[in-house]
Amino acid sequence: MSIISSTSPTARHTTTLSQRLTAAIGASILGACLVYFAGFSHIEAVHNAAHDTRHSAAFPCH
Amino acid sequence: MIKRIAQTAGFTGLLAALLLTLLQSFWVAPLILQAETFEKAPIATEVAHEHAAHMHDAQAWEPEDGWQRVLSTTGGNLVVAVGFALMLAGLYTLRAPTRTAQGLLWGLAGYATFVLAPTLGLPPELPGTAAADLALRQTWWIGTAASTAAGIALIVFGHNWLLKVLGVAILAVPHVIGAPQPEVHAMLAPEALEAQFKIASQLTNVAFWLALGLISAWLFRRNRDGQYSA
Repeated sequence: MSIISSTSPTARHTTTLSQRLTAAIGASILGACLVYFAGFSHIEAVHNAAHDTRHSAAFPCH
Repeated sequence: MIKRIAQTAGFTGLLAALLLTLLQSFWVAPLILQAETFEKAPIATEVAHEHAAHMHDAQAWEPEDGWQRVLSTTGGNLVVAVGFALMLAGLYTLRAPTRTAQGLLWGLAGYATFVLAPTLGLPPELPGTAAADLALRQTWWIGTAASTAAGIALIVFGHNWLLKVLGVAILAVPHVIGAPQPEVHAMLAPEALEAQFKIASQLTNVAFWLALGLISAWLFRRNRDGQYSA
């Protein structure tokens, strides 16, 4: 009986592979959106604001 | 797990963006400003007019030179740096760095993916340089970064030689296709300035990515909460 209860605390701390995959993909997509917004957006004001960032990072600009 | 990713990405992005801004302010931005004096000169060629018309549309907001421009560039750097750091921290949940120094390797991979490979086809450009259609170049850039990332992942993590060879092939595809090029290569700034800018941009980006990798690995390991054994 005591064996069953002793396994639960460790189970609470492990994350499954699918959970980690979801977090990794989610973070990557969010990160890509941020980079796209600042570096690739065609909105003129955003382009002007991040102009030097784009040139410095060698993103295609203009 | 999500808190760990967010903390790592947030602080890494902030620190790396500050370093990037510092390097840019002293080295890269002066070259851009110098190139713009050629671009805005009255004797500028047709390329410049096309370029200028394209760039300074109607009344779109534009930061004034000086603190406004530095501040908005810092903002741009911050968004880009946090974005890249989010990708790194996300990947760390799958492959946690076992030592902080491993972050340098992640940083190098990031530099290869997002700077080195795209600049093989589309070198860093100063304002006033003729180039192919923007959308085409952006598409090629994104495709190149994606294939470089996939290629490096296969080469490093592939369990057999077949996967590694596939990785090399994927790495090469965008360069075999070739980057979109302008019909005529022309630029307003002197070639020496352009050459200097290419070096400045590459070295600044190397430093930025190494810092990004190192800081993110350090913070990710520091925020360890016992969830991962690796």
